Amino acid sequence: MPHHITPTRLAVALPIIVLALAAFWPALFSSQNPLTGQPSEYLTAPSAHHWFGTDQFGRDVFARVIYGSFSTLSSAVLAVSVSLLLAIPAGLLAGLGSPRVERAIRACADIVLSIPEIFLSLSIITLIGPGAIHVALAVGISQTAGFVRMIHTEVARVQATEYMEAAIGIGGTFSQVVLRHVLPNSLTPALALASLRLGTAILAISTICFLGYGPPPPTPEWGLMITEGRDYLSTAWWITTFPGLAIIFSAWTASLVSHAIRSKP
Amino acid sequence: MIRYLFTRFLHALFVLWGAFTLSFVLLQVMPGDAVLVKFQDPELGLSPQQIADMRATYGADESAITQYAHVLGRTLHGNLGYSIETGLPVGQMLHAAYPTTLRLAIVSFTGALAFAAICCALAILLSGNPVGRYLAAAIGAIPGITSGIPVFWLEIVAIQLVSFHWKLIPVVGLSGWSAVLLPGLALAIPISAPLAQVFMAAAHRVEALPFIDVLRARGVSPLRILYAHILPNALPPTLTVSGLVFGEILAGAVVTETVFGLDGLGQLAQQAVASQDVAVLQAIILISVSGFVSIGFASEIIQPLLDPRIGRSARQRKY
Repeated sequence: MPHHITPTRLAVALPIIVLALAAFWPALFSSQNPLTGQPSEYLTAPSAHHWFGTDQFGRDVFARVIYGSFSTLSSAVLAVSVSLLLAIPAGLLAGLGSPRVERAIRACADIVLSIPEIFLSLSIITLIGPGAIHVALAVGISQTAGFVRMIHTEVARVQATEYMEAAIGIGGTFSQVVLRHVLPNSLTPALALASLRLGTAILAISTICFLGYGPPPPTPEWGLMITEGRDYLSTAWWITTFPGLAIIFSAWTASLVSHAIRSKP
Repeated sequence: MIRYLFTRFLHALFVLWGAFTLSFVLLQVMPGDAVLVKFQDPELGLSPQQIADMRATYGADESAITQYAHVLGRTLHGNLGYSIETGLPVGQMLHAAYPTTLRLAIVSFTGALAFAAICCALAILLSGNPVGRYLAAAIGAIPGITSGIPVFWLEIVAIQLVSFHWKLIPVVGLSGWSAVLLPGLALAIPISAPLAQVFMAAAHRVEALPFIDVLRARGVSPLRILYAHILPNALPPTLTVSGLVFGEILAGAVVTETVFGLDGLGQLAQQAVASQDVAVLQAIILISVSGFVSIGFASEIIQPLLDPRIGRSARQRKY
């Protein structure tokens, strides 16, 4: 596989690098404190000193957007990991198990998929309570059924191939065949879906945080920042606008990655 | 065909029952039931005896199996129980809330379909032109971007621009259809993304078919080919994602009704989560699943009528 840098790869890699740096090294982008502001400088419009302006407490909105990336992105990664962790065994079992097991798992997936994801996540939050990690878990569990269905289809596809027949024919044991052939060959579509779902997870998480079930204030979280800025809508547009653009940017990056994985030869 | 529809119907009923059971397990079999959570608050000054009486009234003191049988039984009789928060029958609350959500759904679905059709028509018309090609590619990229826009943010921006800046539609004091116009159109933009994607892909497939070449050779105008031949043929596959769109509209309703202060099912669900009002939340889940299942069932019936080729393959398809 060639590893040289092409313009397309650079175009995909750049937003990821920016997001990763913002999440893990926020001080690189902003020297201002996201939690404490200067009360005298409240609700100032974007300027050279405060790129995205300041909020009602005089906190720098740019710093809050940068520091907020860790909360949203780590929750989204946790959510998708939870879905994958739950869905891989279920999907493999559905693809490799007896027809009865397959039917049972498909039926469960059908049931879960019939409930709108937001109601499922909100029900889980009713059960386990609000908070950053709980939101990630709720979103992850709600997205699992879609992954199960996709992995099941992939496993079934790989199973029907001739190299699988050959692998079993030359005397490969069950676990060898699964680990060497079924898993790696089902992985690319699973990764493409995972990165696509990273984008929907970012949207779902910020929506639930916007509704007020995420981390409590004064945590810098994009959805929560938009809730807090709503009261200043008519006078200070910058408090709500910039966190929203950050959400769009990260969701769009996730879809870019998914596209790049799928179009890989 | 009848036999096929009958199995689909049984499957739909099974999914409905499963979703009901799942929501029961999630919401009502939690440690520290809703009645306990609500009335344990020391400020209410209720004695343990009174709380026990309350729990007996709501049936919270029985075993999970008994409760399940009871809830399933009364739901089958059309009784959705009582709200713990307001004390009103859940059926009555839903009856008061559904018209707003229905209007919102109609406006946003119509808007989304119109937006998808416009994107699709422009993409097809422009793709024939060497310069317009790039514009068509840009239009093709629009759904990918709009699907990443958070609904709540878009609506806040819409209020900011339309209501505060341009002063076109007031935010408060509206009722009926005028109250859902701005929210519905704002919701339509992200909702249209999946519709536009499928619509454009289907239209490009239709455009490549030989009968379009025949029409062109006979000198039919490109505009007429578009609206009389390509768009009608691309519509049936687009409607297959309507189940997905239904879910997105409901999810959007939760946020939209909160942002615009509309008292529909979405806001009811939001408040039910905040106050742990399980009977209300469960009823809303039941309604949305019935909607989802009915849409799937309806599209299953309509699709073969619109396109006879689909009927043949659907019957052969393994469930």
